[in-house]
Amino acid sequence: MSHLLREHAPLSETAWRLVEDEARTRLTPALAARKLVDFAGPHGWEYSATNLGRVQPLTDTPYDGVSGAQRRTLPLTELRVSFSVGLDELQNVDRGACDIDLGSLDEAARRLATAENSIVFRGWESVGITGIVQAARHDPIILGEDCARYPRHVAKAVEFLLGAGIDGPYGLALGPETYTRVLETSEHGGYPLLDHLRNILGGPLVWAPGIQGAVVVSLRGGDFLFDCGEDISIGYDHTDAQRVNLYLSESFSFRVVTPEAAVALGEAPATR
Amino acid sequence: MGFDQYHEPAHELPEETRTFARLCASLTEEAEAIGWYEQRLAVERDREAQSIMRDAQGEEFKHFCMDLEFLLRRTPLWREIARGILLREGDIVEQAEEVEEVAVEGAAARGAAVTGSTSLGIGNLSTRSAS
Repeated sequence: MSHLLREHAPLSETAWRLVEDEARTRLTPALAARKLVDFAGPHGWEYSATNLGRVQPLTDTPYDGVSGAQRRTLPLTELRVSFSVGLDELQNVDRGACDIDLGSLDEAARRLATAENSIVFRGWESVGITGIVQAARHDPIILGEDCARYPRHVAKAVEFLLGAGIDGPYGLALGPETYTRVLETSEHGGYPLLDHLRNILGGPLVWAPGIQGAVVVSLRGGDFLFDCGEDISIGYDHTDAQRVNLYLSESFSFRVVTPEAAVALGEAPATR
Repeated sequence: MGFDQYHEPAHELPEETRTFARLCASLTEEAEAIGWYEQRLAVERDREAQSIMRDAQGEEFKHFCMDLEFLLRRTPLWREIARGILLREGDIVEQAEEVEEVAVEGAAARGAAVTGSTSLGIGNLSTRSAS
């Protein structure tokens, strides 16, 4: 039996399909990091650690004349967010209702996607993950709120990367506030700022809840590695008198291989 | 252009199922190619030609294994059954019967899907140079 215990949940096939479709629909636009970094897996729930290909020397010895070294790995981190669906609403699904209240799921999806982005870009010290912004070797560029200067800032970031020998195309992760500002702005002659920035980068601009400011990253591959154990799944927790309690979960590790392959624009603090 | 790997209207199938079907078709093709090379090698007398075909068959082995690994990763129950049969010593049929009883019949009794990942199948969203 899967650890998700889905078989025990009082959901019909139709209800499961609805819940899964809603989760997918809410998660996909918000999972910004997955649009910009290398994704390996999913390797499954049993997968526990990423091989770092290095050893740690040991100071003592197991026996006279015998030396030892311990392999270094990065353990996977599990994320879990609970949500619930009303039992009456689930019955309405099977009656054909198409306006089911899945607000709790939507909020859980937003939280999980934001957390994943935050870990990839800002890191999470407790689990040994260094984020892209933390690792970046280039001086951060202050983005500010004057959108007219954004093309200059982004071009400067691209210049930093080229100067370090980091080839493109490049992608730009934008925190929600910054993204909205860019979307609203047209330059002289009505040319959308979004298109101008895309032309400078040669790659996409991505809406990234979980960061503030922006980050330019190379998309050439091999620089940022997201190692997925179990991809985002829905599991069953328990049922009470009114609601079915479910959860979203995933397991992954993340590491920066090339710190020179990213430039932070402005501050990018976590919004956990 | 043919789409023979689909037995249901493609537009009605979720993307995950279409990918699954494509890899199943690819797996079949690799197995066919392995069989064809085996037959050619059995009748070929030219040693140089044999060497080339043996090398080509090795490529098909690799392709087959990659396809299979992909499908197993996406299908936990299939993976569970494979673990009980593949790369093990002992009686193949006996082990298969045993793992089938534990995995397939147990899953069927619980009403679990025989194929298909339990994840949402979001995976890699890389846009690379696309915008």
